[in-house]
Amino acid sequence: MSAVIDTHGHRHDDHADHPSGLMRWVTTTNHKDIGTMYLWFSFTMLLLGGVLALTIRAELFEPGLQIVNPEFFNQLTTMHGLIMIFGAIMPAFVGFANWQIPMMIGAPDMAFARMNNWSFWLLPVAASLLVISFFVPGGAPAAGWTMYAPLSTQMGPGMDLGIFAVHIMGASSIMGSINIITTILNMRAPGMTLMKMPMFVWTWLITAYMLIAVMPVLAGAITMVLADRHLGTSFFNAAGGGDPVMFQHIFWFFGHPEVYIMILPAFGIISQVIPAFARKPLFGYASMVYATSSIAILSFLVWAHHMFTVGLPTAGLLFFMYATMLIAVPTGVKVFNWLATMWKGSMTFETPMLFAVGFLFVFVIGGFTGLMLAIMPVDVQLQDTYYVVAHFHYVLVAGSLFAIFAGTYFWIPKWTGRMYDETLGKWHFWLSLVFFNITFFPMHFLGLAGMPRRIPDYASQFTEFNMIITVGAFGFGLSQLLFLYTVLKCSVFGKGDKAPARPWEGADTLEWTHLPSPAPYHSFHEQPVVK
Amino acid sequence: MLGRLIGGLLLALGTGRASAAYRLNFQPPVTRIASEIYDLHMLMMYVIIAVFCVVFGVMFYSIYAHRKSVGHKAAQFHENTTVEIIWTAIPFLILLGMAWPATKTLIAFKDTSSPDITIKATGYQWKWGYDYIKGDGEGIAFLSNLATPQDQIHNLKPKGENYLLEVDNPLVVPVGKKVRILTTANDVIHSFWVPAFGIKQDAIPGFVRDTWFKADKEGTYRGQCAELCGKDHGFMPIVVEVVSQEKYALWVAGQKTNAAAAAEVPNKQWSPDELKAKGEKVYAANCVACHQATGKGLPPAFPALDGSKIATGDKAAHIDRVLNGKPGTAMAAFGKQLSDTELAAVITYERNAWGNKTGDAVQPAEVKAARK
Repeated sequence: MSAVIDTHGHRHDDHADHPSGLMRWVTTTNHKDIGTMYLWFSFTMLLLGGVLALTIRAELFEPGLQIVNPEFFNQLTTMHGLIMIFGAIMPAFVGFANWQIPMMIGAPDMAFARMNNWSFWLLPVAASLLVISFFVPGGAPAAGWTMYAPLSTQMGPGMDLGIFAVHIMGASSIMGSINIITTILNMRAPGMTLMKMPMFVWTWLITAYMLIAVMPVLAGAITMVLADRHLGTSFFNAAGGGDPVMFQHIFWFFGHPEVYIMILPAFGIISQVIPAFARKPLFGYASMVYATSSIAILSFLVWAHHMFTVGLPTAGLLFFMYATMLIAVPTGVKVFNWLATMWKGSMTFETPMLFAVGFLFVFVIGGFTGLMLAIMPVDVQLQDTYYVVAHFHYVLVAGSLFAIFAGTYFWIPKWTGRMYDETLGKWHFWLSLVFFNITFFPMHFLGLAGMPRRIPDYASQFTEFNMIITVGAFGFGLSQLLFLYTVLKCSVFGKGDKAPARPWEGADTLEWTHLPSPAPYHSFHEQPVVK
Repeated sequence: MLGRLIGGLLLALGTGRASAAYRLNFQPPVTRIASEIYDLHMLMMYVIIAVFCVVFGVMFYSIYAHRKSVGHKAAQFHENTTVEIIWTAIPFLILLGMAWPATKTLIAFKDTSSPDITIKATGYQWKWGYDYIKGDGEGIAFLSNLATPQDQIHNLKPKGENYLLEVDNPLVVPVGKKVRILTTANDVIHSFWVPAFGIKQDAIPGFVRDTWFKADKEGTYRGQCAELCGKDHGFMPIVVEVVSQEKYALWVAGQKTNAAAAAEVPNKQWSPDELKAKGEKVYAANCVACHQATGKGLPPAFPALDGSKIATGDKAAHIDRVLNGKPGTAMAAFGKQLSDTELAAVITYERNAWGNKTGDAVQPAEVKAARK
């Protein structure tokens, strides 16, 4: 159902009480403002999470304890994970959803504009709780971002703050997802059937359903931990009749779809960028929709591959091994479709395309190591080692983060009206790609050689690779300051060439064809008719 | 710091200390399962490398040839059902090929039936306890602590060859016999992992799980705890000595003799000096990681013992604290892990070390009486 919006009413800009300054941002219900706030919030969290990571890597430069003590080290690894996942990657994609979905479907805003504001403003509150947790007795949560019981039931009040923060972030995600689904299903411009939507919109539609399905499950798991900690329950305490492994089942039933939640919008961004820079339509649109849906459905059936060493019965192990291996099929289909989009195109390699192609290269490597981990007997050797750390950083950093970079460079002309500095963008790409691989590729070898994860100190034979990794990590971290500068330059400082409405000649979605750059504060008062 | 950084990098890139540095693959397997896992990994790597070459060959060719800057004009094709079916079916068949050997190894891995020896490995925060439950050596039980001195960890002395991978009492098993390892835990989830054997099994409090291995070669094999279990997760290694049948029999006999000798002589009176000397050793093995060698602890999580009210105050309260721990904190109930003599010794040591000068001595009989 999409209706043409009445245009000869008043325009909101004319209201005398349109707030400016701080109150504009606090009270805004505009999807562009809210998108901007999500993106800046996520960038701040990325830098904060990065500082935690660099502290970890500084400690791991050499064997021995030099900089931090083991209990603080566990806080660092835990908070690095929580901040990056819930503070950086997920809000960044929601920021993209807010900016892009209404424009790409020809809608004037999100369906629930005020709930949209609250979805965002919950996040700084949650982030504050996480930061404060470092300063309470016992420090920040230190049981890993996975918070396994009964270790998590042992922790100090920092764990309660962490649980509270995750609850708040979960509520924000659920509300955001309700908004996204309602907007996409109800507010598309006339003529835009579901199978004519841009792929980015499709991937967010599917992601939003996944979020609604699993965030409540996470909330359940951490509430049970909270109850065991303070209400005398024994959900995960065997002495009271409970089962620690049940936590893992519940957590990973959330946890596995969660990682696909973090990659599907990335797939959507790549599906916008590659056709634009190949000047060729996305190959196999329908296949891409079906493949994405298959990945989403399969993702609910594989959670116990995170539990291969817990002691599941043989039949269970076989099922989860086969189901996990199966996800390689639709993922491969997507990769092949992107390649077929590039094939016989007329490609140019501005920064968004560099990051998109870089994504393809490095994400596929992460996919290969995922397949390796799916093979249960091999996983016995690799579970809880640096091989796993390598795998998920390949898919989350080289995957999700590179896609976020690609999308930012791609859309920032539309958002700010300025072209980003192409030279700086290219430097950012090459430095990131090189230092990323220096940092994370050797971790595969460390895992194979037998180095466990989540340890502040290690046996001497792991020294050389750890040194190389630490140097790479600092290089990668510093390279992101270049990105910060580039983004500030065109957004806040307003420098750079003025962007035309359509700076990318191969881009053909509604925001490029129907809106100027920068996009007006309110767009699509009147919905276009899509043929 | 900069000097260490440069020196370290040169070390990393240049000298190649031990052959174990820069290891690119699994450790050499010494069981059939570990060999199968090694081979599975290699098979997967060959497939992955082949797919990598094909996929990125196509991609880099396309990047080279299909550029606007060399004048290539964009084609406009955008779908083809046949090709979609082909590139769905072929990966599926490749996966079937991988699934078959993986299934065989998985089933063999899970078959813990008919063991020759059964040993229970209990994960503690932060050490392992081994109980020989069935088969040769039945009845032997001991704790296995990290043996690397704190001095090495805190960079006060150079690191030994088996830094962080050495223990005071290793697990000893005979070569060529099927050993079933039962795992459980005392507090949180740990995981028993020996890479050379190809085994990893979580140790879950309140539950008993199992795994098995049959070592084909004598030698010393080292592993680590593989599930985050708190602050010293990285400091509770596993060392297994695989010995010949004859040496194993000798070891079993020796253990039984030692156990008899170490068995508590009821009401034996120890001199204060004997207690303090023994207590210092017990402290170094069990208490130093949290309460530190200086006795200053790491407050607030790990209180100081030097000058503490408990260590200088009422003896009974001190005995109670060490015996029963402090629930809700990391202070474990050492009554479950240490003998009356060890407990008496370490409490005597604490009451008379550093700045503490109570002059008290605690006898094993007092500890025994305090156990309820």
